[in-house]
Amino acid sequence: MDDERRRVIADALSLGLSVGLYGAAFGAAGAAAGLTVAQCCVLSLVAFTGASQFAVIGVLGTGGSPVAALAGGWLLGARNTLYGLQLARQLRWTGPRRLLAAHGVIDETAAITLAQPDRSRARLAFAVTFVTLYAVWNLTTLAGALAVSGLGPTARAALDGMVPAAFLALLWPRLRMGWTERWVALGGAGLALATTPFAPPGVPVLLAVLAVLAARPWRSGPAGRPGPARGEAAP
Amino acid sequence: MSTWTVVVVASVGCYLLKLAGMAVPPQWLERPGLRRTVELAPVALLAALVVVQAFGSGRDLVLDPRAAGLLAGLVALLLRAPFLVVLLAAAASAAAVQVLTG
Repeated sequence: MDDERRRVIADALSLGLSVGLYGAAFGAAGAAAGLTVAQCCVLSLVAFTGASQFAVIGVLGTGGSPVAALAGGWLLGARNTLYGLQLARQLRWTGPRRLLAAHGVIDETAAITLAQPDRSRARLAFAVTFVTLYAVWNLTTLAGALAVSGLGPTARAALDGMVPAAFLALLWPRLRMGWTERWVALGGAGLALATTPFAPPGVPVLLAVLAVLAARPWRSGPAGRPGPARGEAAP
Repeated sequence: MSTWTVVVVASVGCYLLKLAGMAVPPQWLERPGLRRTVELAPVALLAALVVVQAFGSGRDLVLDPRAAGLLAGLVALLLRAPFLVVLLAAAASAAAVQVLTG
């Protein structure tokens, strides 16, 4: 095996391992939000996309409606569709392998795969990152959920303090992209706060998406930046 | 809709979204306006989730230990701490405030 491939594998392993460990935070947050250990595990096994998972447990945990939880999770998950468009071109898997590969399409696998110079290394990077991240994310989800479900309600309530910080950490790299993003974020937060007293729980979060309209994304101009932001440390 | 239903439907939907990107003809989805909207939607959503998760309680806005967690998380991010430190700082601060005021 040549040095290039060895380096790709090393990078993929360390990425998968380091990001996978945050599954513990999700498991803990999910259990603190009132989900059972099994429910947290299913989210990590089947959804396998961090921001969406946090959104679902976050909305359910604060008493939001099921529809709001679904819409929030899926709106955040739509960016994986964009990644899929780019990855399909690079990976060129078909049939059952494509069905399986689709499951692994997230920020991290997209970032490392799109950085590769050819198909062979792209497939290697994707496969190793996917397998490592999936294994570690799910094992730590289980551990985190189990650990928290053994705690008393006071400790669990304290863990609720971690969830808004997790969302802020997920938002942070996007805020550094530019003023459009910052204004959209402020608009979204403002809309959510303003509508909370008037709308059923969970709905204000969805209304916040209207803030995107202020950025007038339908105007023609340079197409969006390809791929996820570099330095996004969180899933 | 029970919690289990939400968990399963949300999860399957997330998978289908990934598959759509890998399987539909690119022309359907590759429009600059659509791409920009999909890129910006998470920004608005995440910002809303930050404030609602920190201050929301049903239809009320309240100030409780979660706000301390958010503040600690913000400080950690400004200090360029890694994600894990941000989470731990937030959890520890919220726990401390909870214990001190509970």
